[in-house]
Amino acid sequence: MTNHFDKKDLLGIRDLTPSQITHILDTAQTFREVSTREIKKVPTLRGRTVINLFFEASTRTRTSFEIAAKRLSADAINISASTSSMTKGETLLDTARNLEAMAPDCIVIRHSSAGAPDQLAKICKAAIVNAGDGAHEHPTQALLDALTIRERKGRIAGLKVAILGDVLHSRVARSNIFLLTKLGATVKVAGPGTLVPSEFGQLVEEGLEIERSIDDAIEDADVVMVLRIQRERQDMAFFPSMREYAVHFGVNRKRLERAAPDAIVMHPGPMNRGIELSSDVADGSRSLILDQVANGLAVRMAVLYLLAGGAHSGETADLGRR
Amino acid sequence: MRLLIANGYVVDPSQGQNSGRNVLIEDGRVAGLLNYGDGIPEGVEVFDAAGMIVAPGFIDMHVHLREPGQEYKETIASGVAAAVAGGWTSVCAMPNTQPINDSSAVTRFIIEQANRAGLANVFPIGSITKGSEGAELAEMGEMKDAGIVAVSDDGRPVPSAGMMRRAMEYARGFGLTVIDHCEDKSLAKGGVMHEGRMSLMLGLKGMPAAAEDTDAVRDCLLAELTGASVHLAHVSTRGAVEAVRQAKERNIRVTCEVAPHHWALLDSAVEGYDTNMKMSPPLRSQEHVDALIEGLRDSTIDCIATDHAPHHQDEKELEFDRAPFGITGLGTGIGLALDRLVHKGVISIERLVELCSVNPAKIMGLDGRGTLRKGAWGDVTILDPDCEWTFKSSESKSKSRNTPFDGWKMRGRAVATIVGGRVVYKS
Repeated sequence: MTNHFDKKDLLGIRDLTPSQITHILDTAQTFREVSTREIKKVPTLRGRTVINLFFEASTRTRTSFEIAAKRLSADAINISASTSSMTKGETLLDTARNLEAMAPDCIVIRHSSAGAPDQLAKICKAAIVNAGDGAHEHPTQALLDALTIRERKGRIAGLKVAILGDVLHSRVARSNIFLLTKLGATVKVAGPGTLVPSEFGQLVEEGLEIERSIDDAIEDADVVMVLRIQRERQDMAFFPSMREYAVHFGVNRKRLERAAPDAIVMHPGPMNRGIELSSDVADGSRSLILDQVANGLAVRMAVLYLLAGGAHSGETADLGRR
Repeated sequence: MRLLIANGYVVDPSQGQNSGRNVLIEDGRVAGLLNYGDGIPEGVEVFDAAGMIVAPGFIDMHVHLREPGQEYKETIASGVAAAVAGGWTSVCAMPNTQPINDSSAVTRFIIEQANRAGLANVFPIGSITKGSEGAELAEMGEMKDAGIVAVSDDGRPVPSAGMMRRAMEYARGFGLTVIDHCEDKSLAKGGVMHEGRMSLMLGLKGMPAAAEDTDAVRDCLLAELTGASVHLAHVSTRGAVEAVRQAKERNIRVTCEVAPHHWALLDSAVEGYDTNMKMSPPLRSQEHVDALIEGLRDSTIDCIATDHAPHHQDEKELEFDRAPFGITGLGTGIGLALDRLVHKGVISIERLVELCSVNPAKIMGLDGRGTLRKGAWGDVTILDPDCEWTFKSSESKSKSRNTPFDGWKMRGRAVATIVGGRVVYKS
């Protein structure tokens, strides 16, 4: 396996070409096997340093990046907001400059401010991976979603995907819209009017539609993606009550009947059970929520490999058993 | 002391002057425009302005000089040095200092510091309400006696229409223009850029154009109700320009200014998250920029003012949504106007002089400024309209470097600035 990825950073899906996206997905596919082995480790990134710089709470993503780095034999260091110098008043860019002085190969950053990874990328030699920035992008989430869809449906092109809920505050929605439309899917978006701005339809040139109702968006969908209500980003009430949200905008078994017979259901987590997604659907046979998590690991291994690995030295991935 | 600005081309719309003349200044005042043929009077200092445009001194009616209180960003001395280097003979200083200029004591301090610096004229603007908190009227009469030329709660616009009405009525009695930064904070709250496709794309919270429009419309209605002279600062939306256009058609006393960055840049410049693209009002989308250009063309817009808002690099070098609003502008405003408006055929050079000198003097009630009539103050801006140059923020006299225009190439600039008959800047 050779490494043709020619980008220094992964800041978002919007600036990737379809072939770059496919290359990451193909690479991830080959890494999936590593996690099925008895000894889940390859020497690919031995001697490389990956810093996970998380300024926002995260269980899934941070653990996933950490395990991904470790299974590739990289040295992984985790820094979270509470332990960083940020609490002593240091700015983000100063923190980055200090970390940079220790010559890491890759910095994975999650931050509540949109654009923080872009700002880091301008001053750091290390590869910057965006693990979620404000309401901007969450590229590895969209990649793992795509890997999950591709695995189940065999393709992305031509699929009908419904993305439902709090689109306004969702970086997952943005990255998914960019990725899915780049690969030829049709995306329909719906949710409360306060959380689905009408201008959202102009986000991409083609392949995106804003639907008035959840039901219209679900109609004939091959993939139903349910978004988390992001209460932490909502500075005012965007809807009257959780009860009303669950009734009018929540995805449940009955609503799902409108979708294609073999439709799959996804959620980026963490889930508000019984509100945006009913438990019978979340735990049902159509739900791929745990597949998403497993694929997340493979995607992050692929991203770390492509950005911090052989890319810069021309090495090939060494997936051989030790 | 006598100064003759010789061989230049005088553009002074205040007296319909547009011809090759020599300008004679005696004891700080214009003594007259002389024909070239009249020769050079004896004992005068001669400033050769051959090939240059000689205009009544440019007045930037919207700057933030940060003193008192935030001298690490700018002082009155550094601010006026930047002003004259940019071609401005006078600046009007917004009151959002620390403390706020809501008392005659602060007004007097600003004037004293300006006199000490002795470069550009500084005309302080007082606050509308005490502490700019929108609750109680500030002592406008006392401040007027101390030297303010207008009132404004710039940046913290008076939220209540009832309070704004009282302020307009009260200010009218002192002949003070009320300047408003139009922004309905309930709509713009938390926003860091123009709301639209770009803000959604970048995941940044938007400030809708409607936040500016609603306040602009409100102010026009209140100006009609009160008969006060009302000036809208840095209009940036199609709706605000349209509100002013309609108000003027109905002979309401409303004027407005536009800042150069609002027609020189688009909201798409925020991509990349450079905090020097962050200001309030924010950079807008193309339809709004088109409306501003049209407003400049059809005289709906009265003035160009820079909204010079220096911030220290440490403050700007933050995450986009955490960095403060504002950019410097004194060094680039005239160059941008010549390059992007005059040379592109949007406006004539006469109109530029109206926008930057004649109209600001009228709106702020600055007697003897904005004109080169005999007896006026000897404030002169000398322009080389064809000089090709590159703006370098590192060479700016301002203490701050927060400009989106670093490295911009422009055609045309101010090459000399004369205040009270004294050459205070020459490139």
